[in-house]
Amino acid sequence: MTITVYVPTPFRTLTGNRSYVEAQGDTVGDLLNDLGVRYPALRNLLGSNGDEVPAHINIYVNSHEIHTLQGKATPLKDGDEVAVIPAIAGGQVFTPEQVERYSRHIVMPQVGPIGQRKLMAAKVLVVGAGGLGSPVNLYLALAGVGTLGIVDFDVVDLSNLQRQILHHTHDIGRPKVESARETIAAHNPDVKVIPYREPLTSANAIDIISQYDIVVNGADNFATRYLVNDACYLAGKPLVDGAIFLFEGQATTFLPGQGCYRCLFPAPPPPGLVPSCAEAGVLGMLPGVIGAIEAIEAVKLIMGLGEPLVGRLLIFDALAMEFRQVKLRRDPKCPLCGDDPTIHELIDYEEFCGVPFPAHGEA
Amino acid sequence: MTVEVRVTATLQKLIGQKVVRGQGETVSQVLTDLEQRYPGFQTQVLTEDGALHRFVNIYLNDEDVRFLQSLETPLHEGDVLSILPALAGGGR
Repeated sequence: MTITVYVPTPFRTLTGNRSYVEAQGDTVGDLLNDLGVRYPALRNLLGSNGDEVPAHINIYVNSHEIHTLQGKATPLKDGDEVAVIPAIAGGQVFTPEQVERYSRHIVMPQVGPIGQRKLMAAKVLVVGAGGLGSPVNLYLALAGVGTLGIVDFDVVDLSNLQRQILHHTHDIGRPKVESARETIAAHNPDVKVIPYREPLTSANAIDIISQYDIVVNGADNFATRYLVNDACYLAGKPLVDGAIFLFEGQATTFLPGQGCYRCLFPAPPPPGLVPSCAEAGVLGMLPGVIGAIEAIEAVKLIMGLGEPLVGRLLIFDALAMEFRQVKLRRDPKCPLCGDDPTIHELIDYEEFCGVPFPAHGEA
Repeated sequence: MTVEVRVTATLQKLIGQKVVRGQGETVSQVLTDLEQRYPGFQTQVLTEDGALHRFVNIYLNDEDVRFLQSLETPLHEGDVLSILPALAGGGR
C-alpha cells in the first residue's frame, strides 16, 4: 500500500523540502518504519522499530489521531492521508479535534502546523462588534485565533441585523460584546474572548491595546478612528484599518513608522458634513467584504505571510464592482509619526473632532 | 487638457455620476472648471482659503497630490484624478 504522508515545515529539511512524501505500509507502524528507511533522519524523530511514537509527535490518519484509532496497528488503505504533526516548542500538540477543525489551513504548506500554532497563540483586539467587527471577529475566531479582545459599549438593535452577523434576533437589547462572545463560543470554543463593554477613550486605549499583538479597526466614528490610530502608533502595534459607507469601502494596514491614518487624512471632517451609516445607510454585504479583507490582513501579519496592505489604500466600489489602490505615504509633517511629531500622548478626541464622544444608540 | 475625475458618495450626488471630464492644466484649474458646471463642488473639496480640506484626498492616478505639487500639480492628457473623502463608518 502506497500512502501519501504530510510532512510539516520543521521536518522538511529531513525530506528534501518536500511537504508530501510517499511511503509503503499496511499499518501505521509499517508506514513509519518505511518512512525511516527512506528518510533515515526521520527515524530518530519518529522512534525506532517497535517503539511507541514519541509523546511530542502526533500521527493522524485522515485527520484522526492514531491513539483514537488502533495506534501503530491502525490499518491503512488506498487513498488514506497520513500526517506527522510535532508539538511546537512551548506548546502542546494539537488535539485531534483541532487537527480536523483546522485541517484546511494546516494542509496548506504556507500555513502548516506552525502557522496554525501562531494563530492559536495570537492575541487580536477588534474595535467594534458591529458591521465590520462582526465578520472580523467571526473569521478570526473560525481560524482559531487564540485570544480576541472585543471593544464595544453598544447593545444590539433590530436595525443592526441587516448586516451584523455576530448577532441574532434573540440578542436584541443585549450588550454586543455578550452576544459576540456567545456566537463565537458556538462557532469555536477554542477561542478566548475578552469583552470590553466600554468606549475606547484616551484614558484606557493604551492600556487595552498594549495587551494585544494586532489591532483591527471596525470603529464607526472619526473620534475613535483617530484615537485607535494614535494609540496603536504610541504602543507600537500594527493596525488593520477598514471603513464603509453606502456602497464603498476602504481598507489599509498601518505598521508603526510606515505611515498612519493621520498621514492619510490629517484631520476629520467637521461634524455634520459626513453623514453616518445610520443616517445614510450601508449595503449589508459591504462590511462582509471589507471585514473579510481586514481579517485576511490580520492573519497574514500573524503568520508573516504575503504582502500586507502597507503603503496602499484599497478602495472597493460595490456598484462598479471594482477594487482600486492608491499609494499611501508616511507624511514627514505628520503630527504623530512625522519627523517632528507634536503628539506624544493621546489627546482629547472629543474636542479634536468637535463631536461628542460616541453616544449611546445609533452612531 | 481633459482629464477624468472620479468622485465618490457625496460628490456623486452633486454631479449625478461617478466619473466626469474636467478641463485644466493643473488640479486647481480642473476644480474651478467643475465648480462652474456644478456649483458647490469646490466647497466639498477646498476650504474657504482655497486649500485642500484635510479630510479629503485627491489622487493623480494613484499618487496623493499632497506628495506632488498639491493643487498646482500639472496634468497631462488622459490623467485620472480621484477625489476621496475619509470614511468613518464601521456599520454600528
